[in-house]
Amino acid sequence: MTAPVMTDQLASPKKTKAAEAKENLTSKWATAAAIIIAALWTIPTIGLFMTSLVPGDLYRTESWWNVALDGKLTFENFGYVLFSSFGDSSSAPPLLGNLINAIVVTVPTTVFPLVIGLMAAYAFAWIPFRGSNFLFVFIFALQVVPLQLALIPLLKILGPQGIGIAGQFPGVWVAHTIFAMPLAVFLLHNFIAQIPSDIIEASRVDGASHTQIFFRIIIPLSLPALASLAIFQFLWVWNDLLVSAVFGSIKTYTLTYPISNLAGNYGATAYLVPAAAFVSMVIPLIVFFSLQRYFVRGLLAGSTKG
Amino acid sequence: MAGFHEGWQALPQSGLDAQFWSTQGSNLLLAAVAIVAFIAVVALVMFGADLVKGRIRDKVQLVALITPVLLLLAIGLVYPAIDTVWLSFTEIVKQPDPVTGINTEVTNFVGLSNYTYAFTDPTMLRTIINTVVWIILVPLLSTGVGLAYAVFIDRAKGEKTLKSLVFMPMAISFVGASVIWGSIMYDYNETGSQTGMLNAVLGVFGIGPINFLATEPWNTFFLIVILTWIQTGFAMVIISAAIKGVPPEINEAASLDGANAWQRFWSITIPSIRGTLVVVLTTITIATLKVYDIVRTLTQGRYNTDVVANKMYVLSFVEQREPLGAALAVILFIFVIPVVIYNVRSLQKVKETR
Repeated sequence: MTAPVMTDQLASPKKTKAAEAKENLTSKWATAAAIIIAALWTIPTIGLFMTSLVPGDLYRTESWWNVALDGKLTFENFGYVLFSSFGDSSSAPPLLGNLINAIVVTVPTTVFPLVIGLMAAYAFAWIPFRGSNFLFVFIFALQVVPLQLALIPLLKILGPQGIGIAGQFPGVWVAHTIFAMPLAVFLLHNFIAQIPSDIIEASRVDGASHTQIFFRIIIPLSLPALASLAIFQFLWVWNDLLVSAVFGSIKTYTLTYPISNLAGNYGATAYLVPAAAFVSMVIPLIVFFSLQRYFVRGLLAGSTKG
Repeated sequence: MAGFHEGWQALPQSGLDAQFWSTQGSNLLLAAVAIVAFIAVVALVMFGADLVKGRIRDKVQLVALITPVLLLLAIGLVYPAIDTVWLSFTEIVKQPDPVTGINTEVTNFVGLSNYTYAFTDPTMLRTIINTVVWIILVPLLSTGVGLAYAVFIDRAKGEKTLKSLVFMPMAISFVGASVIWGSIMYDYNETGSQTGMLNAVLGVFGIGPINFLATEPWNTFFLIVILTWIQTGFAMVIISAAIKGVPPEINEAASLDGANAWQRFWSITIPSIRGTLVVVLTTITIATLKVYDIVRTLTQGRYNTDVVANKMYVLSFVEQREPLGAALAVILFIFVIPVVIYNVRSLQKVKETR
């Protein structure tokens, strides 16, 4: 058996005892169960896409498969929610604004925590100082604190009685950056700590300062970890509802907020919700499927070494 | 964009006027400027710290490296958490000032009364019990299904694709997943043809339509299914990597000794990946505690489906009962304390062996 650890590669064609043993477990029943699970995990998303193609006047009465058989599926809903209106009334603004908001919220809040987290991760991994261990464990433990515990006071700090950036993009950026910090420091620390000590110690002996090591060694070597964390953070911020609802306003809401509002009220415009939900999923799905490999690596780095 | 719009002339172009584009354009510009400015400041500080001469240079650079994180966490998590704990022991009374008539807020210390209320009021108690059910079921179900799937497809043909299918919901927002399940799978019509896929399937077997989200107490379980659907892929990917890390020689030897697949699964695979299973269970438990999007989107807590995270949002930001909301946040934190202790312990073990 030569299948290397932590890769998705198939086993070598040469059959050993272990491979044969494996095949016994992968029996007919196991295969059937796997197919059922794969179907259950895929059909709902396909169903959403098909439902988003059902015209509004048929949405309440006809199922998507009947509409499909009648050949009445249409892309009209997508155009309507993106460019015309999404909400209880026809005067509600379209989702294109929220889509752009999502980009404005997500891109900076992917960059900020990555940079700040990488700096701290380097310090905790390679600069010995008093209290280093305690501080790192403390930051790690903060990762587990529910962010609900921080919402009200942080909103007061960022709100009109504080520095007054709540409800605007900088307020949302700050909130997201803070909440991402513990995980960013922890994951990047795990990665940076594995850099062979010879590299860093040799540079220190040659007289390199921490700044030089950070820019010349740490950043280039951490690119794989940065990539996976960037994807993780991107998905998390893009898909977030709570932080966006608490620290944002009508000017900054991303896609999740209007969709969540309309999804619960089953009104006359309920037929727009599936199309809107699919719109909100397109960019994360593209990011996910094109960069899946790095994303999975990042998850593994953080999860199997805890 | 203009060319594209022409196809949609029949529809009103309510929001997309010149002002829309100028606002959105300046928002995008703001984001770009913020990123460039941020990176410039970081670079300036770091290279500034590099200009320091002598023995204190290392210290200056250390301060430059860790101050941002410590500052952000102190202001954004530590102080707020302490403040919330204090808030949970108070009540806020609004009184008109006798001279000016303007309402002023008075904060009184009331001890544990918010907590007593949380554990005695039937709605609040139900919310707490629901949360406990979520915390128990979601990690067990997603880890169980993830483990089964990882074992079933291990080294199967097209393993990568099969993994992607189950992993995909990770990329979908909780709101998106709620829409998928709420209006596609669980949709319910009292009469007529069923547009929800599950009710349509049940109809084939002659079972009457079920109003999934309103049928107590099972509706909480149907909401739990949604989070399980999202989290299973995460569990599966990590468990699958752990299974591939088990040395094949052990399985080989056991199989020579006559152990069947089932026995090898229980006495070799499971013990070998126990550490990973615990990490996966922990991570999903934490994610479950924070979940509020699904309940907010689908039931808003109606039909006895509320969970602590949603209830605390409503209490704090809709009903203006912040101390009670704070008490719920603290209760949520108390639920995680065992998880914190466990994780810190295992982290320290890892650090010691390093």
